[in-house]
Amino acid sequence: MPLLTNIKQLVNGVQKGDKRSIAKTISIIENNEPEAQKVISLLYPKIGKAHILGITGPPGAGKSTLIEKLVKELRNRGKTVGVVAVDPTSPFSGGAFLGDRVRMQDLSLDPGVYIRSMATRNHPGGLARATKDAARVLDASGKDIVIVETVGAGQSEVDVVKVAHTIIVALAPGLGDDIQAIKAGQMEIGDIFVVNKADRENANKTVSDIEAMLEMTTEKKGWKPLVVKTSALTGEGIAELLERIEEHRKYLKKGVIDERRKERIEDELVEALTQKITESIVNGLKQKGEWNKLTLKILSRETDPYSAADKLLSKRLKTARKR
Amino acid sequence: MSRKEKKERKIRVVIAKPGLDSHDRGAKVVARALRDAGMEVIYTGLRQTPEQIVETALQEDVDVIGLSILSGAHNTLFPRIMQLLKKKGLNDVLVFAGGIIPQEDVPALKKRGVKEVFGPGTPTTTLVEFVKENAPKR
Repeated sequence: MPLLTNIKQLVNGVQKGDKRSIAKTISIIENNEPEAQKVISLLYPKIGKAHILGITGPPGAGKSTLIEKLVKELRNRGKTVGVVAVDPTSPFSGGAFLGDRVRMQDLSLDPGVYIRSMATRNHPGGLARATKDAARVLDASGKDIVIVETVGAGQSEVDVVKVAHTIIVALAPGLGDDIQAIKAGQMEIGDIFVVNKADRENANKTVSDIEAMLEMTTEKKGWKPLVVKTSALTGEGIAELLERIEEHRKYLKKGVIDERRKERIEDELVEALTQKITESIVNGLKQKGEWNKLTLKILSRETDPYSAADKLLSKRLKTARKR
Repeated sequence: MSRKEKKERKIRVVIAKPGLDSHDRGAKVVARALRDAGMEVIYTGLRQTPEQIVETALQEDVDVIGLSILSGAHNTLFPRIMQLLKKKGLNDVLVFAGGIIPQEDVPALKKRGVKEVFGPGTPTTTLVEFVKENAPKR
């Protein structure tokens, strides 16, 4: 059925904010349907209006509840919001339990809010691509703010957070390992650190621990990462957090955004290139039965994977030059 | 990225609790079983209105909706859900139900478009097979 879908119609629907079009478009991209690339290329010129927030942090920090409060407050201020909530795919079954929506029930009927739950699907770099593009679809649909929520564990989550303009690392006191639990990378990428569950007694200690760590590790000129205390349950700190987010947005507008964006674009280009090269080489070999021949050679230790790869590449390049 | 992984489609399911009953152990068992069978399962949480369930199904572009209800309100809520699905153009979504639904009510519900109703004690393997066989092939 995707082959019969009128892509231009879908894209128009997305730009008008039609929810069904948004839903179908995200699915096409997520499932890597043949039309996915066309869809992205049609939408790409339309993106850039939304302020994209990446919210990461360990499980149990209260991210989903925090997001619900943030969205409600943003709605009070007349902003439209898109949320992409990511949960892990089981490496054993390939399935996933996507439970973030449970914390956002009040938002499901708000016409100014769109929520999509996504599973990581364990593709190498797949999380980054599908989630990034889903965020872009929501941007193209006219949302003022797009929030991408992930679990902060592993490289993929750090990658997807790179699509965000403002990166928020959410923590909660007493999760066990405190600051030591903050994964390498999160300290560097966080623009705003949130200590949620502020009503807990060791909240203040967590805040000062983070501030101390930031003091030691931060060498960024310009934006100084800061800590905000919140309680998603009581609503404490939410207004302050939104102000900080707005401050960061204004800071980015002054030109920093272009540098960061350029870096991200280059990374994405390399990724896209790698994917296409791999596909064209591997698929070509598989068709000719050479793939199988090679793997057997490696299995019998006649050659090793790296030498095999070298040979393949040079063969391929020679053939290309001959043409 | 292998060719096999490239066009990978997952069956997306919403497990919903319409109405006011707060018993979701069964719903969660079903959700886990479907997840273990390789599906992506979105759980709505408790006390959902028909409007909320249909809107969730729309935004999440699901293939299947599983309705869990133990309060006896199925004859009121399910037709409303089926009506809304039609209105929103979600005509090919597979709908099944479970919980406490008397046998005599089942034929009428099936007429409305609920494909199957599963009572307490249904083995999860039965459910998984049913969903795999009846989910729309898109």
